[in-house]
Amino acid sequence: MINNFLPVQIVFGAFLLFAVSRVLLRLKDGTLALNNFIFWSGLFILALIGVIRPELTSLAADKLGINRGSDVVVYASILLMFYLIFRTNILLENLRHDLTELVRKLALKK
Amino acid sequence: MQQLVLILPALNEAEVLAGVLARLKAGIKKLPLTTELVVVNDGSTDQTAVIAGKAGATVLTHLINRGLGAALGTGLAYAKKQPADFAITFDSDGQHDPADIGKVLSPLFKNRADVVIGSRSLNRKSKMPFLRRVNNQAFNVLTWFFFGKTTTDSLSGFRGFNRRAIKSINLKTERMEVSNEFFAEIKRHRLRLEEVPIKVIYTPYSMRKGVQPGNIFAIIFRLVLRLLR
Repeated sequence: MINNFLPVQIVFGAFLLFAVSRVLLRLKDGTLALNNFIFWSGLFILALIGVIRPELTSLAADKLGINRGSDVVVYASILLMFYLIFRTNILLENLRHDLTELVRKLALKK
Repeated sequence: MQQLVLILPALNEAEVLAGVLARLKAGIKKLPLTTELVVVNDGSTDQTAVIAGKAGATVLTHLINRGLGAALGTGLAYAKKQPADFAITFDSDGQHDPADIGKVLSPLFKNRADVVIGSRSLNRKSKMPFLRRVNNQAFNVLTWFFFGKTTTDSLSGFRGFNRRAIKSINLKTERMEVSNEFFAEIKRHRLRLEEVPIKVIYTPYSMRKGVQPGNIFAIIFRLVLRLLR
């Protein structure tokens, strides 16, 4: 069956399987919360399905009114990246705030 | 006697701080209040903390630099803990005139306002440089757009607070955007706001400090983050 895949599908598929295994490991060692696990594993599995059965992306493209299946993947990836950068920024802001709280407590203690 | 905490956020202000504190000490003598000078040393790498201590101020030191908003938050947290009846924030770069403290306190004493902003724009004799005036106007519009509060000087560092305001204001931002965040807090807690004209002393030193025109985009971005956190 593996002979039927294009080299790009094999490389992407292997990377996504690796990513899913990392997510599973992070859940096991407790560094990833269940909701984050569901989000990340769902995302990678969805991408894996798209890699193995690319015709399914064309089906999604048809429904969304976009010409090609590969375009759907690119658009969705860009949107997702924007969202993740935004989430990272919020996380950083929260960390900065926590750090300030700590520095403030020390300043007021003296 | 009622207590006033005068908060001076300071980052590497050794060059001018001794003079500013000396003028302040002379200025506050006439006030009918017990006044405590509090210098929030925001991770300075120069002699700021030593100079403030020698001048008799209470020094609160941030071990690492956390920004203007964080320093003001620490000063207000100290005022809350004391507990102070009034708090005033005052720039440590020498641009404010201690003679205006009475003006800022007046609406608080008379219980007309919970927060008083010392406005540079309301002073007809003000010689605010053109670029600063444009910058200030842009930030006033920004404050109205984000927080629905109109002001003539959203970037002023000269502010007065009564006990109610000290207790309720909870700052989340850490840097220059704090000036706009104060208005969000004023609106959120339905605090009464009044503005009084103040004098500004522009020196080459004070002109190097403060919010520069290019900061507006970074400040907008951080205010959006604050809203969505």
